[in-house]
Amino acid sequence: MALITLKNIYKDYYLGDIDVPVLKGISLDIAGGEMVALMGASGSGKSTLMNILGCLDRPTSGEYWLDGEEVSRLSSDRRAMIRNRKIGFVFQNFNLLARTSALDNVAMPLAYTAGQLSNREARQRAETMLTRVGLADRMEHVPAQLSGGQQQRVAIARALINHPPVLFADEPTGNLDSHTSEEVLAMFQELNRTEKITIILVTHDSHVAEHAQRVIHISDGVVVDGVFGPAGGEA
Amino acid sequence: MKLYAVVGNALRTLARNPMRAMLTTLGIVIGVGSVIAMMEIGSGSSEALKKSIANMGANMLMVFPGMTNTGGVSGGMGSAKNLTPDDCAAIIKECPAIRAAAPLVWVRAQAVRGNRNWVPQQIMGTTADYLEVRGNRIEQGVSISQRDILNCNRVCLIGKTVAQNLFDNESPVNQEIRLKSITFRVIGVLAPKGANMVGQDQDDVILAPWTTVKYRISSTTSSASTQGESSKNSTTGSTRGILYHSATPDLYPARSSTQAEDSPISLRLASVNMILASAVSPEAIPAAIDQITILLRERHRLRPDSDDDFIIRDMTEMTNTLSSTTKLMTNLLLCVAMISLMVGGVGIMNIMLVSVTERTREIGLRMAVGARSRDILTQFLVEAIVLCLIGGLIGILLGHGGAMLVAMTLHWPVATSIPAILAAFLVSASVGIIFGYYPAWKASRLDPIEALRYE
Repeated sequence: MALITLKNIYKDYYLGDIDVPVLKGISLDIAGGEMVALMGASGSGKSTLMNILGCLDRPTSGEYWLDGEEVSRLSSDRRAMIRNRKIGFVFQNFNLLARTSALDNVAMPLAYTAGQLSNREARQRAETMLTRVGLADRMEHVPAQLSGGQQQRVAIARALINHPPVLFADEPTGNLDSHTSEEVLAMFQELNRTEKITIILVTHDSHVAEHAQRVIHISDGVVVDGVFGPAGGEA
Repeated sequence: MKLYAVVGNALRTLARNPMRAMLTTLGIVIGVGSVIAMMEIGSGSSEALKKSIANMGANMLMVFPGMTNTGGVSGGMGSAKNLTPDDCAAIIKECPAIRAAAPLVWVRAQAVRGNRNWVPQQIMGTTADYLEVRGNRIEQGVSISQRDILNCNRVCLIGKTVAQNLFDNESPVNQEIRLKSITFRVIGVLAPKGANMVGQDQDDVILAPWTTVKYRISSTTSSASTQGESSKNSTTGSTRGILYHSATPDLYPARSSTQAEDSPISLRLASVNMILASAVSPEAIPAAIDQITILLRERHRLRPDSDDDFIIRDMTEMTNTLSSTTKLMTNLLLCVAMISLMVGGVGIMNIMLVSVTERTREIGLRMAVGARSRDILTQFLVEAIVLCLIGGLIGILLGHGGAMLVAMTLHWPVATSIPAILAAFLVSASVGIIFGYYPAWKASRLDPIEALRYE
């Protein structure tokens, strides 16, 4: 079974008394271990889809199965738990806590994990994560002391701290130069290959999308291309 | 999240911006500090006030003899002659709620010195305890001694007004004055007290040993009372009164043991006009009244069904003044405290709201990585409470220090008030909860998508 299954997802926004349909019946499967790029122009519904996939928003209708669970009708507290356990986020602007060490930034999601780890265990896990993204010597640095690429790597470490099966990256290279962009994308590919983490890249940059195994194009609220990727098609 | 983790988190967040945290909590610091300082200074001065009102005689009790009722004619209060100096001694000895007691007899007479004369409002015979009961001091000279009383010594203390009228600016000590052609030596001058609550000049007074007044002055004339006790009232030992009028000053002639066996009931040697007693504290007055009542009923051998043959009066007016003064002061302080803490709380709320707006992105991020609304609410609420408690703590220290400083430099009375400190602590925590709740609630209602996008 696919890790992510969307069935006929609709999303309407209400502006005053006019209904504005944004997503108009999206159905797609993403298998575990895939690396997918979600592409579309601004206003295409790409961000809305991303919010629904990331359990930050709920669809107006339709089903969303994540890791064998229907999550589209869950309460906000349940969704918060899903976000904590099953989803990692990497943002365009890194979103690190200012004046807080890289280590504390990485360990932050653990504070909201039920059945908490002790302080020492949390610290150890954060250290392991930072070492893995190559920042073993930058643990006590605050974001202002780190370069853009390093900050994004701290953000990736934070996203991975709870070993989620799926990682969402919203324009992860939007604030980076081309060289560090390559580094970050290479890191995603490596994580996908070695850890079998499902990675969903949301971007409008076709160069970034090239790093994925499958590209899903969204336009005007429907999927126009890539519903069945090479992997999905074969399965 | 565990509580200690939340508190640790809040402390770290506050430490990230110490200047702002300090300014935010300044309102609470000043509020709590001023409350503590005022409470300590206030309770110190109220303590001092209490003492000085007590000195005025707020805990004073007056025991009068009862009234006679002969053939339907009432003699008025104090007309009975059944209160004795022995009653007074027994009150001192047996009533634990009584600090001091003094018998009083009074006469009205002209005081003469050389070519001057003056009629003091009060010429009273008493013991040295009178000074303690009334809170009087001797300004010059010495007080009446026990020996003066036993020997009917012709010595007296005079008040400022009497001194001025008879002596002008001379020192009256060891001078002589005459009362009803009996010469008295002035042994001391009382410190001035001014008028009392009904406008009577309390310095227009001459005090002498009660025995002297009783046996040397009042028994020689009939002016002392309406019913000349020495001639009419045989039950009070008037024959002895005449006896003491003679030159022998021996008040209690030695009795042989046989005599004591034969007459175990001691004679009432003399009656006094009043016994003035002072309770250990204003609060002990009801207990003191009970104790005196029981004691005197027993001593006067009254049947359980008969009425008291004496009357006890207390200074209700003064006691009420005392309690209302203290209450007023406390309420006033409470009002000031509430206002200043309110102002401090509004300051906290203001900055917390700013902080929520400023940290919208952080809130969005925390929600994205799994924080529930409840976690966000707790985080901001705990931050506000921690801020208030730190402010409260600093305030308590500053207030206490300030009070100590005032005590040291201005020598005002200060009393450390533990309840005030506890209350300040609780109040600052509640201020944190009350004024921190709205910003925290606002933070917890944020939409993570909007919050993440917030610039």
